[in-house]
Amino acid sequence: MNYNVDEKGYYGEFGGAYIPEMLYPNVEELRENYLKVIAEPDFQKEFNQLLKDYVGRPSPLYFAKRLSEKYNTKIYLKREDLNHTGAHKINNTIGQILMAQRLGKTRIIAETGAGQHGVATATVCALMGLECIVYMGEIDIARQAPNVARMKMLGAKVVAALSGSRTLKDATNEAIRDWINNPVDTHYIIGSAIGPHPYPDMVTRFQAIVSEEIKWQLKEQIGRENPDYVVACIGGGSNAAGTYYHYLHEPDVGIIAVEAAGLGIDSGESAATSVLGKEGIIHGCKTLLMQTKDGQITEPYSISAGLDYPGVGPMHAHLAKTGRAEFVSITDDDAMNAGLELSKLEGIIPAIETSHALAMFKYKTFKPDDVVVVNLSGRGDKDLQNYIDYFKI
Amino acid sequence: MNRINKKLQENKKLLSIYFTAGYPNINDTVTTIQNLEKNGVDMIEIGLPFSDPLADGPTIQDSSTKAIKNGMTSEVLFNQLKDIRKTVNIPLIIMGYFNPMFQYGMEAFCKKCQDIGVDGLIIPDLPVDIYNAEYKSIFEKYGLINVFLITPQTSEKRIRFIDSISNGFIYMVSSASTTGTQSGFGDQQTAYFKRIANMNLKNPQIIGFGISNHETFTQATQYAKGAIIGSAFVKHVTKHGVDTINTFTNTILN
Repeated sequence: MNYNVDEKGYYGEFGGAYIPEMLYPNVEELRENYLKVIAEPDFQKEFNQLLKDYVGRPSPLYFAKRLSEKYNTKIYLKREDLNHTGAHKINNTIGQILMAQRLGKTRIIAETGAGQHGVATATVCALMGLECIVYMGEIDIARQAPNVARMKMLGAKVVAALSGSRTLKDATNEAIRDWINNPVDTHYIIGSAIGPHPYPDMVTRFQAIVSEEIKWQLKEQIGRENPDYVVACIGGGSNAAGTYYHYLHEPDVGIIAVEAAGLGIDSGESAATSVLGKEGIIHGCKTLLMQTKDGQITEPYSISAGLDYPGVGPMHAHLAKTGRAEFVSITDDDAMNAGLELSKLEGIIPAIETSHALAMFKYKTFKPDDVVVVNLSGRGDKDLQNYIDYFKI
Repeated sequence: MNRINKKLQENKKLLSIYFTAGYPNINDTVTTIQNLEKNGVDMIEIGLPFSDPLADGPTIQDSSTKAIKNGMTSEVLFNQLKDIRKTVNIPLIIMGYFNPMFQYGMEAFCKKCQDIGVDGLIIPDLPVDIYNAEYKSIFEKYGLINVFLITPQTSEKRIRFIDSISNGFIYMVSSASTTGTQSGFGDQQTAYFKRIANMNLKNPQIIGFGISNHETFTQATQYAKGAIIGSAFVKHVTKHGVDTINTFTNTILN
């Protein structure tokens, strides 16, 4: 079984490029060039240099001793939270800004939900001196004020998405509309492993540095490259794609994907796409998505803005359908408690997205000798107010 | 012969109007169609609303959101249209995004269109390549014409390919934009209209996006077989409802 994208842009039955003709030249230009550009020695040199000197890679792989004792297994944390800007998102924006430059683009657009991808995009635009416009739902702008301020300090223009439910899905629609209206000079930096082919594959390749490092770090620390399990939280699925990439075809490595159950799978307030979603088309690809029986896309819910997306990347839809990955869903309450637990046991305050991945240990039992690597995808600074409100700190 | 092909053979410039089904009120669909035909419109695009219409500007987005709230679905639309051919003769095209049709089942959707007397479909996010590989035979089986879009950025090679796949007309998007964002045509657009007219394509072209009044309609139809008006008409029914459509069509045609 192949878990990577095929030459037509599909992962099994998922993926493809379901785009209006207005976007065809842009997406086709990218499709024709992305593999060639990524393979250029000059691109590789600049990408790796920036990941090292600017982002601060490699990110540590840390054996979490007290957390491991508590769950009676061997837990390693891949510290993406220590990257510049506080999450894995920057790996992708560095790659895409270099791609945009090589395609001669001078104007960058992006969508953002919680603002992490918006900040990571505004950061690389400042670094390269390119114009940056970030679309963000009006409701998210109100509830993520610090990240809006960060983007503005970095020189980006933040545009409110006023249509639909005024959250991430609508910000993505607005970014796509901007691209339709500016087809020549603009590159759209999608923040997750979603969108029309080649985006899911391109974003996955830029995030694949995560599992590439886990391999040699584990080898150094325990003498073997393969853990027994890799674990990541999934919204659209970019940190998960990076965590899994080099293990997809290693059958002895179990893959665990943790979705946001919100208030509970059956509550009507959830973002557990693998359970609640059906095959359909969203933002240019065929994947699993939450929708009405008439095919209208519905609004998901999670306490974590980064997992609050009605679809999932096509690679992950394929992993779910084939059973290669085990999907688990975690409620708001379990996630918040897991975030607090990691803070107290290891001195690390995780992003609420990441807390979902950690909460999985409450429900899934591992053998004492199992090596379980969790991608600690982001730090909790941005979520402090949420933690304060939830725990009445 | 399909009503669209027959209409395209008439020796006149065609006015096609887009409206959102179930808007402003859920039961306005049939009245809108009947009044458009009565007032000299040549062809109608019935908009099946979608929650996330990527190629549309605010006017059509808002009407779609409202229509969905009103209860519009594929099933409701088909029920409203079931007797439409008893009163209406001009070509009817359903314009909608792919996901609602995909959920209905593309074959079931096409069959229903044939039963009712819908003549064609416009699906902006179903690219010609995927259509050609996966859905073309279904459209042919049910006698439906699928209409493809081209834009000023579409390469000559791709336009020729789209022309070879098409069997009705080509929907020429007037500029790089979503719907309802342009006002008036400049030199760039005129040059693009001329360039396409000079390609001598086998399918006639109908220009859409940015047509809102008599002046832009006349400009567009200088270079093409017809023109499509969407957002401007949706704005009209938002203000005036669907009973006084003649006040809109009169300003375009006269």
